Amino acid sequence: MTTTEQATGTANGIGTSPRRPDGTGKVRGEFAYSSDLWHEDMLWGATLRSPHPYARIKGIDLTEAVAVQGVYAVLTHEDVPGVNRYGLEHADQPVLAVDVVRYQGEPVALVAADHPETARRAMKRIKVEYEVLEPVTDVVKAVSGEGARLHPGGNIVRHVPIRHGNPNATAEVVVTGSYEVGMQDQAFLGPESGLAIPAEDGGVDLFVATQWLHVDQRQIVAALGLPEEKVRLTLGGVGGAFGGREDLSIQVHACLLALRTGKPVKMVYNREESFYGHVHRHPATLHYEHGADRDGRLVYVKARIYLDGGAYASSTPAVVANAATLGVGPYDVPNVSIDCWGTYTNNPPCGAMRGFGAVQAGFAYESQMDRLAEACGLDPVEVRLRNAMSEGSVLPTGQVVDSAAPVAELLRRLTAKPLPPAPLEERDLRTLPGGVSNTTHGEGVVRGVGYAVGIKNVCFSEGFDDYSTARVRLEVVGGEPAATVQTAACEVGQGLVTVLQQIVRSELGVERVTILPMDTTIGNAGSTSASRQTYVTGGAVRAACLAVREALGPLSPYELGDKVLDETVEWRHRPTETLDPETGAGNAHVQYGFAAHRAVVDVDVDLGLVKVVQLDCAQDVGKALNPQAVLGQIQGGSAQGLGLAVMEEIQTRDGKIRNPSFTDYLIPTVLDMPPMSIDVLELADPHAPYGLRGVGEPPTISSTPAIVAAIRAATGQALTRVPVRPEHITGT
Amino acid sequence: MDFLRPQNLAEALALKAERPDAVPIAGGTDVMVELNFDHRRPAALLDLNRVGELAGWSASDAGVRLGACVPYTRVIAELGDRLPGLAMAARTVGSPQIRNRGTVGGNLGAASPAGDTHPVLLVTGARIEAASTRGTRLIPADEFYVGVKRNALADDELITAVHLPASEGAQQFSKVGTRNAMVIAVCSFALAIENYQVRAAIGSAAPTPRRVPEAEEFLAGELPWGSPLPDSLKRRFGELVAAAARPIDDVRGTAAYRKHALSVLARRTLGWAWQDILGRDSACA
Repeated sequence: MTTTEQATGTANGIGTSPRRPDGTGKVRGEFAYSSDLWHEDMLWGATLRSPHPYARIKGIDLTEAVAVQGVYAVLTHEDVPGVNRYGLEHADQPVLAVDVVRYQGEPVALVAADHPETARRAMKRIKVEYEVLEPVTDVVKAVSGEGARLHPGGNIVRHVPIRHGNPNATAEVVVTGSYEVGMQDQAFLGPESGLAIPAEDGGVDLFVATQWLHVDQRQIVAALGLPEEKVRLTLGGVGGAFGGREDLSIQVHACLLALRTGKPVKMVYNREESFYGHVHRHPATLHYEHGADRDGRLVYVKARIYLDGGAYASSTPAVVANAATLGVGPYDVPNVSIDCWGTYTNNPPCGAMRGFGAVQAGFAYESQMDRLAEACGLDPVEVRLRNAMSEGSVLPTGQVVDSAAPVAELLRRLTAKPLPPAPLEERDLRTLPGGVSNTTHGEGVVRGVGYAVGIKNVCFSEGFDDYSTARVRLEVVGGEPAATVQTAACEVGQGLVTVLQQIVRSELGVERVTILPMDTTIGNAGSTSASRQTYVTGGAVRAACLAVREALGPLSPYELGDKVLDETVEWRHRPTETLDPETGAGNAHVQYGFAAHRAVVDVDVDLGLVKVVQLDCAQDVGKALNPQAVLGQIQGGSAQGLGLAVMEEIQTRDGKIRNPSFTDYLIPTVLDMPPMSIDVLELADPHAPYGLRGVGEPPTISSTPAIVAAIRAATGQALTRVPVRPEHITGT
Repeated sequence: MDFLRPQNLAEALALKAERPDAVPIAGGTDVMVELNFDHRRPAALLDLNRVGELAGWSASDAGVRLGACVPYTRVIAELGDRLPGLAMAARTVGSPQIRNRGTVGGNLGAASPAGDTHPVLLVTGARIEAASTRGTRLIPADEFYVGVKRNALADDELITAVHLPASEGAQQFSKVGTRNAMVIAVCSFALAIENYQVRAAIGSAAPTPRRVPEAEEFLAGELPWGSPLPDSLKRRFGELVAAAARPIDDVRGTAAYRKHALSVLARRTLGWAWQDILGRDSACA
């Protein structure tokens, strides 16, 4: 292990795990989430949504809704003063539907009323006449152009080809496979919510749970037709995000209602509405062919990857680029030919979710590596070791990996960990598949072990100007030096506020560090996504600290007197390049993160029920700024991967969601998620602040295929689809 | 919506007679979810939490009278020895928080085909005590479930208790869900063997929870009292149980899987029940 930089020795600086400022409140149930926002005299907003995946709107009659006592406003697309189009990458989504609805749950009208129940009742009195159309629901057909054209440019959002080496390479051993990944949901616990307060200057102040204040602001001002300074955002308490808050939900709607009524308007989705109110992980169909020599060394990989983006583009273009550029995984492959498509369909819109394209590809290429091992008569770990990427490796994009890529080391560490002991004869039901549901006392239970490793890009890619803005102020308060930090970087539960405090303590040697509320009175911090916030906003805060230190000169902070040092900086990571549209070549990514998992499962092969007995992880994080938070990220990411492996799926039929509730959208409980043994490697990346490497996403990628590999080992079934359902194992 | 808060049973029955549209609420683990999701808007709620008569249980030689508002947590902690099958089913309900609030009376009121306690109530010969200002009657569990989420109560009746006969026999309950805790049944199965009688019932595999008479009769006729069970017998019993099911395909599982899983549960629970019975015989000898 190496460390790049010594902490200054300040208590609670980097490399330590101080208590989170928001921790106690959250544990005690006292933390104010955005759904707890309240204002005197506020109204409640509600959203009328399309019941149809695809339909033409023939007419909207508001008469009865407006007449409901207590209703202050009922709005349709005609009331959107600015551009009725928004979107993260393409502005293709209406704030309120105009003549067509393209997914079940698409917002059509808004109501503001004095009580949420009044709003709901009024909403039911809005009469919308629909002409139901035949929805496009098959991603492959969408690529081939079958069915209705949902957007002016056709149904392909983006196609990324990767051509590397010899396209006609042949090999002695060839394994093929087709795989499917179901639609996973972020399942954050705090529903979409916020409060918009009209201001005297004709503008609006919005308090909202989001991942990126400035990109929300950009889209809101366009829709409202207001200048930027009239729409001010402050981060509300965020109850988890995982990508699902990158796109707008209540933002424009609440502002529209507030500006129209002249009153504060609160909006909160309930759990069911939340399933319609945010994007999900792209479901995927993936066809792979791996060619290798008899020793299992990869000669080529060919793949076709289809990602269903649903009704609107959201972040589909970037998800497509990730799945394509990371499509062969953390392996050296001389010849690569990949085509990856993201489409429009009338399925629920899909966008960002932890792992972002790398998850879907990861399930397929790791399943393929297991097939290759079998075809070559090799151990699954051995075949991975023989192909493992390392520092200096060249990716299929031609980009050279220019910092640590300890893929082999991660796998070796896992094999060195002890396996769980063989189960006892008499077992506590809670240790068995099915738990206290009493489905087995050991009958039919077979143990299996599986390995997987994954790769994820960190930060924004493809030439995006990815930066953050930080302001650090140093002064003496009550005889003690105190620092104040301001950024617009969203704390979504990951612990950014703690890490920023730690950085300031280490850089300035000041114990008292206050993090101001995140808002748009300071410049852009970029998104809390892509495992980037500690890297980029952490880098910006560090740079601001260096500027303060320079201003301080030889003085100690105690010697400041009445002087106040206040520095604001913009900080960028090194630039990236776009992908060549023909070959996919380009230095598109900033940094890579790697994690590997070993899963041990007990499967009741007669009932198809699975108990993950042990889930171990090894991950390189460059530098653990907060070791406890790093472990938390790895455990959480692994659990989310477990969910995708065995239970989490938004099931759709004809474009409609069949399970929009936590009754039937299942996420792992404490009895599903085993305790983990985790090895954290700290191999510094010389290009990154403190040598750190983004942590949040890599564990989500390898957890899923490791668990499925273990289930395959126990059952002998091919299991080409996640989540694995009991029926897939029993064959019934 | 009116919120009615009777202080005792007489008041509760009078209110229910007056307002037959009032939906009774105890733990609220079912009713509140329906309200929150806007799936149901009753004109009135009848809060039973202050009705002391419903909150306790009593035992006699004949069995247990379990008040309608006794939460699952208490069934597990206080009645595990007397009502092993019901306690097993109660353990599978929701989360600890739900078990602290949810009640057998509520399970019966909702009468969902997936309700966890129904198969056990069917196989233990439970009778549901229904009361109104007109009087009190006992409805055999076999006659209680009349349709999907419909029960045999009259509009003015409240469930006041469940009567479960004392049993020395073997009882088993088993439930398949796609998560290792806190999950609604994909299908479930209960079995009781006592005095050369067999009762078996399925849950979440037909429009109502129901007994499986053919499988019961077959098993009662074939059980090799005092000897180990042949595998062929277990298998045949499983097949008959599966054959009695009328499951559907839904988000929780396919009909084919439900039938398959029921055959496995029937086979396994029979094995455990028989082991239990053989164990007791040898202990007595």
